[in-house]
Amino acid sequence: MGIPGTGARRRHTRAAPTVLTAALVLLAAGCVPGTDGSGAAGSGAGAGTAVPDPAKAGKVTLTVWDQEIRGGTDGELTELNEEFEQKYPNVRIKRVARSFTDLKTTLKLAVSGNNPPDVIQANQGYPDMVSFVRAGLLAPLDNYAGIYDWNTRYPNTLLNLNRVSADGTDFGTGRLYGISQTGEYIGLYYNKDLLKKSGLEPPETWRDLTDGLAELKDRGELPVQFGNLDKYPAIHTFGVLQDQLDAAGTRDTVLGRGDGFDNAATKGAAATLTDWMERGYLPKGANGLGYDDAAKKFASGEGAYLLTGTWQLADLKKTMGDKLGLMPPPPAKAGGDPVTTGGQGLAWSVTSRSRHPEVAAAYLDFITDEHAADVMTRHGVLPAVPGKAAAAVAPDTVDGQMIDGWKRLSAADGLVPYLDYSTPTFYDTLSAALQGVVSGRTSPAKLATTLQQDYGPFMTEQRERHAAKPGPASTG
Amino acid sequence: MKRRLAALRSGHRRQAPGEPRAVGYLYVLPALAVYAVFLLYPFGQSVWLSFVHWDGLGVATPAGFDNYRDLFRDPSLRAPFAHALLLLLFYSALPVAIGLLLAAVMSRVRVRGMTFFRTVLFLPQVLALIVVGVAWRSILAPDGLLNDTLRAVGLGSLARPWLGDYTWALPAVGVVGTWVGTGLCMILFLAGAQRIPRELYEAARMDGAGPVREFLTVTLPGLRPQIAVALTLTIIAGLRNFDLIYITTSGGPGNATSVPAYEVYHRAFETNQVGSAAAVGVALTVLIFVLTVTVSRLVEGRRS
Repeated sequence: MGIPGTGARRRHTRAAPTVLTAALVLLAAGCVPGTDGSGAAGSGAGAGTAVPDPAKAGKVTLTVWDQEIRGGTDGELTELNEEFEQKYPNVRIKRVARSFTDLKTTLKLAVSGNNPPDVIQANQGYPDMVSFVRAGLLAPLDNYAGIYDWNTRYPNTLLNLNRVSADGTDFGTGRLYGISQTGEYIGLYYNKDLLKKSGLEPPETWRDLTDGLAELKDRGELPVQFGNLDKYPAIHTFGVLQDQLDAAGTRDTVLGRGDGFDNAATKGAAATLTDWMERGYLPKGANGLGYDDAAKKFASGEGAYLLTGTWQLADLKKTMGDKLGLMPPPPAKAGGDPVTTGGQGLAWSVTSRSRHPEVAAAYLDFITDEHAADVMTRHGVLPAVPGKAAAAVAPDTVDGQMIDGWKRLSAADGLVPYLDYSTPTFYDTLSAALQGVVSGRTSPAKLATTLQQDYGPFMTEQRERHAAKPGPASTG
Repeated sequence: MKRRLAALRSGHRRQAPGEPRAVGYLYVLPALAVYAVFLLYPFGQSVWLSFVHWDGLGVATPAGFDNYRDLFRDPSLRAPFAHALLLLLFYSALPVAIGLLLAAVMSRVRVRGMTFFRTVLFLPQVLALIVVGVAWRSILAPDGLLNDTLRAVGLGSLARPWLGDYTWALPAVGVVGTWVGTGLCMILFLAGAQRIPRELYEAARMDGAGPVREFLTVTLPGLRPQIAVALTLTIIAGLRNFDLIYITTSGGPGNATSVPAYEVYHRAFETNQVGSAAAVGVALTVLIFVLTVTVSRLVEGRRS
């Protein structure tokens, strides 16, 4: 939460880009291609057979690189780190926390360097996590998953997003290379006051929602607040619309086993987006409005709904208080299972050259177990697996709504991964094409072909890779 | 350079005072060492990287001229260079033109509070580009200052989401560059104009020259070296422009405002195409080099 955890949410922070340009020069200077490209880590499913005891590991310094620098997650992690050090006085945690963008630009060098951190937060998807695995830089955690019962703690949908095939080809299947602390999904925020003023109830079905949009528009209110200057927000809006039409198919496509993007669901979702723009359900000129600015406008009462991630909750609540409501996008039928775009925070992974993999694994378990979940809830963070404290949150508060929505989504298997996981370049392709749809320049059919032109060739490459490397690569 | 080497070879004793001596190299050595370590060596590495396919982690494979060929073949790589050249109009040509105009006016008319105006016009140069970007992002927002002003004076039909408009995003970012560059050019030209002998102006006026004639025959030729400096500085600043694009549009809408410097960052850090990023960087360096040499030849009239 907070800082963008996935490709789809990147650029949420805009930290010192000039430093980045300088860093490019350093990148060029600092690393030599192919020094240690040993391919996938060969050590089976990971070391360890019994529950590791960090207390017996001697004096250990555990270097941890993360991007949890925002209020809630920073507080929660700081507390957990202190508790871990108290529990194991022989372990010292050396934490390096930086913004998502900064972490993304420096992690590659750090992990491939001579003295890599022990624990890192890796972004799911092809550009980061899969690349790391292919270069043999992450340690598989399957054995620990067995020892610590992670397999039963987490729903499979979530666990799979942290899996990469052993040869570093496929994403979403194969060995486990990380576990996540937090959960997140694209929800429908609503302004209770505005809805009441327009004589509307929070929608129970998708149809309720769309009918209500027309009503709001007629009354001169802005139905849905939306700003797409930063390019990625439309991925979330579009994802929600697409999930309404075919959630299962979309999930399969993202994970590389579906029929692709040249289909009815893609075109239908794009048509709805175009329609909402034309009818004025979304603000005119959304492509020129920043993501944060749109959220601020919604918080100040401009717009009845806002479709965005649970990571916005804390900020919105600060301004709106009791006026704020949140639910998963409503299902087609009342009481039906909700579906939406979502997943989990960045994966916590152990590097393959860590000198203390067992301590690192114990740390991973510690910051994700039931006690950790309660600490997270206390800090207003949505844990991937809510614990006792989450159950005690009053269900009529917005935090309670968020937790309830997450539980229903998890139970119904209603989470569809971020669309930009689909191929290494899909974030670019999709975000650029969607800006075209939002501006009315790109037709739904054209969007479908554009996306497929990225997805199709990548799938062909993937099949060639599979053919070249036969074996148990992609079995989960 | 050749002359210097010849001078070196001819030995120290027979040199006239003031002639370059070998000891001169000792003086520049510290600076040269820093320059070599932090610029020349990385640049050499970049050149090398541009000839491989590399994702930044795994094994690099030789690419030959693939990455360079893509610069011409791939529309998503051609476009940034086209945008950058178009932006030069805003980053370089306009600031120089406006700077000349301001300098000409200021050198002719006595303006009260001149120092104040000079400071205000130069201010954008002092600000970090990040700050400039953030400020303009809000000015150009759909209900930002610009659109509000347009609506207030009855030109509401012209209001648009400037940074999200496929046609207007590039000029909008360009105007920010003009705003930044103009002050620098003006200060350079004002300083240069003070060095033009007063007699030339007096002579021109005695011959009955009007303001335009005076500008063309006295001011413009007198400012030739300053114009060359201004062009060189603004061209370099314009071509390596990264911060403004990153802050305001991230290359959007679509790819309507992507520029080479942004593409270098994007490919190296976000899409793991380090080889391609290096090729864009090298091409950008070559382009800047060619343009600045052209400027110094044509405008400044310098011969090697």
